[in-house]
Amino acid sequence: MTPETSTILFEEILPGGWNRSLLLKRGTALRLTDLEGGANVSALFYNAHNTTERYNMPDTLKAQFISCLGKGTVCYSDMGRVLVSLIDDSCGWHDTISGVSNARTNQRKYGSHPYQSARNSYYRNGFDALLLELAKYGMGKRDMVAPVNFFTKITVDTTGDLMFITGNSPAGSYVDLQAEMDTLVVLCSCPHPLDPSPTYAPGQTKLTVWHSAIPPEQNICRSFCPQNQRGFMNTVEYHL
Amino acid sequence: MSTTTLQTSQLQPEAAAYETVLPAGEHWIHLIKKGQTFRIVDLEGNQAVDTLFYKADDFSERYSAVDTIREQGNVYLTTGSRLLSSECNTMLVITADTCGRHDTLGGGCSAESNSVRYPRETRHMHNCRDTFMQGLLQWGQGMDKREITHNINFFMNVPISPEGKSTFADGISEPGKYVEMRAEMDVICLISNCPQLNNPCNAYNPTPVKLLIWD
Repeated sequence: MTPETSTILFEEILPGGWNRSLLLKRGTALRLTDLEGGANVSALFYNAHNTTERYNMPDTLKAQFISCLGKGTVCYSDMGRVLVSLIDDSCGWHDTISGVSNARTNQRKYGSHPYQSARNSYYRNGFDALLLELAKYGMGKRDMVAPVNFFTKITVDTTGDLMFITGNSPAGSYVDLQAEMDTLVVLCSCPHPLDPSPTYAPGQTKLTVWHSAIPPEQNICRSFCPQNQRGFMNTVEYHL
Repeated sequence: MSTTTLQTSQLQPEAAAYETVLPAGEHWIHLIKKGQTFRIVDLEGNQAVDTLFYKADDFSERYSAVDTIREQGNVYLTTGSRLLSSECNTMLVITADTCGRHDTLGGGCSAESNSVRYPRETRHMHNCRDTFMQGLLQWGQGMDKREITHNINFFMNVPISPEGKSTFADGISEPGKYVEMRAEMDVICLISNCPQLNNPCNAYNPTPVKLLIWD
């Protein structure tokens, strides 16, 4: 089911530059909608019942022979299971190889805009925002791994050089993540450090959760590659 | 960073303060002090050497593949690459490299990832993340599975395509090729000399490597 045909369980606006977390139960899905265009939503995923099991970027890439995420791909945990599957996506490219901003990259790019002078428009960075959200669950720096940067496109040329592609996510772009396990989703909406825009102006993202309940055998992500069939099998067996 | 240039080292093996040969399938965990130079020699060629680094006095700060890639603007490691920590501090700098290119996106193999990537019976084959775990448990100090993050695969070839694809390709290393790096802080180095037999990362024949440290 899509959010248009199902009962919405939760809907909220995540302002630009902020952090949020939610428990996404197995069989529900989260739609991230880039309301203004050009958003960057960094995301980490954990097994809600054992957070030492977490999103693993290299396992995700090598299992699916990809270097970015899009419709039909999944986010693997380090335990060979599928945390979330990308059941729909209007964007086509979501980065997972280039990390998030930190206090140093923000200072270098935008200068200092602390709370004292800027109030709640103060400039926030991805590392501190994610860490803050992790700390609310008793986690810390050792639990930080490479995140997914939804809506951000960074290509790699034949020599290995990175290039940030502007305009990957027009206003209204969305990506739908179905939880294949009870998943703790940790988000932040700080600008990507390679975004060439000199202005700190992160846009709003809408978070929508609904009961999607697409079974593995009908999930397009399962047929993406034989590896995903085995990944879904591992995930189903975990819940027996 | 966009052209591959090979850089040899002037350091002589007989002057090294430490030297060991690490067989395939074994772990190695060792302190490398600020200012010391560390060399890995691919003795027989095409051997993936899965490597992690931690700040010696605070292992919550550790090698970060994504920060290293982003800050150098390139996905491959070679001479001149600064290996950055999760807090964007320089841990080591690659000072010599006769191979030309090293991977940091392919990660380490595990029983669990084997069960996804290959027929399910490959779960019970020796793998890097179990080997990392043995090293972490040996070191102690409260280290556990959360220390297993996204490593470097020295001598391994994982081409990334402009279209967003990745593959494990045949190696570009040869017998005697080496990579050398200078520590910019005291670091703990954890290595799994990869035992993977299901893909070409080790040319289907895992072999020993030599590790040397100069003061």
